[in-house]
Amino acid sequence: MSARPRVRVPETATKGEAVLIRALISHQMESGQRRDNAGNLIPRRIINTFTCAFNGHPVFSCDLAPAISANPYFEFSVKATESGTFTFTWADDDGSVYMDEQRIEVS
Amino acid sequence: MNGLTRRQFGLLLGAGASTLAMPAYLRAQDKPRVVVIGGGPGGATVAKYVAKDSAGAIDVTLINDGETFTTCFFSNLYLGDFRTFESITHSYDQLASAYGINKVTGRAVSVDREAKTVTLADGSTVPYDRLVLAPGIDVIYDSVPGYSEEAAEIAPHAWKAGAQTQLLKEKLDAVEDGQNIVMVAPPNPYRCPPGPYERVSMFAHVLKKKGFTQSKIFVIDPKETFSKQALFTEGWEKHYPGMVEWYGPDVHGGLKSVDVAAGTVETDLDTFEGALLNIIPAQRAGAIAIDAGVTNEAGWAPIDAGSMRSTIDEAIYVIGDASIAGDMPKSGFSANSQAKVAALNIRADLTDAQAFPARYSNTCWSLIETDDGVKVGAQYEPQDGKITALDAFVSQPGESAELRKETYEESIGWYSGIIEDTFA
Ligand SMILES: Cc1cc2nc3c(=O)[nH]c(=O)nc-3n(C[C@H](O)[C@H](O)[C@H](O)COP(=O)(O)OP(=O)(O)OC[C@H]3O[C@@H](n4cnc5c(N)ncnc54)[C@H](O)[C@@H]3O)c2cc1C
Repeated sequence: MSARPRVRVPETATKGEAVLIRALISHQMESGQRRDNAGNLIPRRIINTFTCAFNGHPVFSCDLAPAISANPYFEFSVKATESGTFTFTWADDDGSVYMDEQRIEVS
Repeated sequence: MNGLTRRQFGLLLGAGASTLAMPAYLRAQDKPRVVVIGGGPGGATVAKYVAKDSAGAIDVTLINDGETFTTCFFSNLYLGDFRTFESITHSYDQLASAYGINKVTGRAVSVDREAKTVTLADGSTVPYDRLVLAPGIDVIYDSVPGYSEEAAEIAPHAWKAGAQTQLLKEKLDAVEDGQNIVMVAPPNPYRCPPGPYERVSMFAHVLKKKGFTQSKIFVIDPKETFSKQALFTEGWEKHYPGMVEWYGPDVHGGLKSVDVAAGTVETDLDTFEGALLNIIPAQRAGAIAIDAGVTNEAGWAPIDAGSMRSTIDEAIYVIGDASIAGDMPKSGFSANSQAKVAALNIRADLTDAQAFPARYSNTCWSLIETDDGVKVGAQYEPQDGKITALDAFVSQPGESAELRKETYEESIGWYSGIIEDTFA
């Protein structure tokens, strides 16, 4: 099943305001500890890092562990300084990278 | 509050009009009359027990708007192909033939509490000495922006059993691999707290059995937590890994609207798309209880915890989902248990029968996957004016497959038992 990001960033903000950013990814977060019906370990496959950058500069990043439950969700605040684009990146154990972008207008 | 006995009731009337020695109903006709509105596990059970245990001393009329009754309980198992629709649909014939209950098929449209009469949709009126309201719930369509009675023909709630349940089954069976299902779960209080999550399990069971690997089931919930959550979450991960995504308000940020034609559920976080939307709105007592004026601002009927008598009208009892039953969840088991307490108190009101202290019980079983059953339940007693849980019990995560199978088998036995107790 493919992973799917869902991100929420306010469309507008006033300069200096703390804006709330919410980012969810649908992902099974297979821990590597579970066994299938035949008793074999199911290989680990998790989102191992999440990063958020604004206009190319990192503003938030986090490493994830196998114990984290499915569909990891992040919520954090960022101070709005100028208009621009947030870029969100999730890195999967299998080498895939999932991305999303959201613009914000700051006045 | 203690129920008035027949003798006290007569005395009260006598005090008001000194020449009147007997209650009014005894002068007007031979037998006291009990009218029950609603033929579910609450109404059918109270009708049966009043008629049966009074052995003909009380005239009982049961008004229900359908010829037959399809139970919501086990309707999820019908969705999951564990039961047929016929096996969850029951007739009232036995109640009429075995206990002499007058069964009226029709809709009660108003209650005149002064005159003590019920008016039916066809204009006929039925007089009562005691009225039992057991109408179940109504869904509040506009509690979900974009939803309506018409929209329910496309995106069924199926929170009242019957045509809605069959429509949901049809839509479930039409889902193709890669298409999603979105459920909007209801806010508290609502009928059957574990019901939405058992339903999600049955959706997943059907998709899994067809070998689907690309479909997802999203649950958009207005609640932070839900009944038997640890058990359902564990079960979904075990049986349907990656298929079910449940989101509470801290993640989805609030439901904004649904568009049933487009198949979308918009939340503050994002828009969820589904080939099948199952929208379960907020609920309140069935309309007749509200029209009769025996409900509070939230649309539920306050009752005396020891008798199920309305705290607003002494001649009315309210049982089942429509009542505010303290710690008891709105379930078929609860409605059946409350019906027996009400029946005893009604007989004590109208005949020489003796009422005993109220005791209630409930268990809610849920099926997560074939032979993986779980349960939650308790005994209840009135305490400080409220129906209060004692001896609560709940299945535990990590239980053995044998125990889960036993729990499931117990639920099958319960179903036959309650149907027998209610309709036979
Ligand atoms: C999906 C689902 C699963 C469930 N599973 C379980 C379970 O496993 N175990 C359990 O114990 N409970 C379960 N329940 C809950 C259970 O179905 C209800 O709590 C129970 O049916 C309530 O009984 P009641 O008698 O109060 O009302 P209802 O069962 O709703 O009966 C009311 C009847 O009155 C009729 N009526 C209403 N107004 C009028 C009127 N004005 N005139 C004439 N007739 C009228 C209605 O059409 C209906 O036939 C489940 C519910 C759902 C939705």
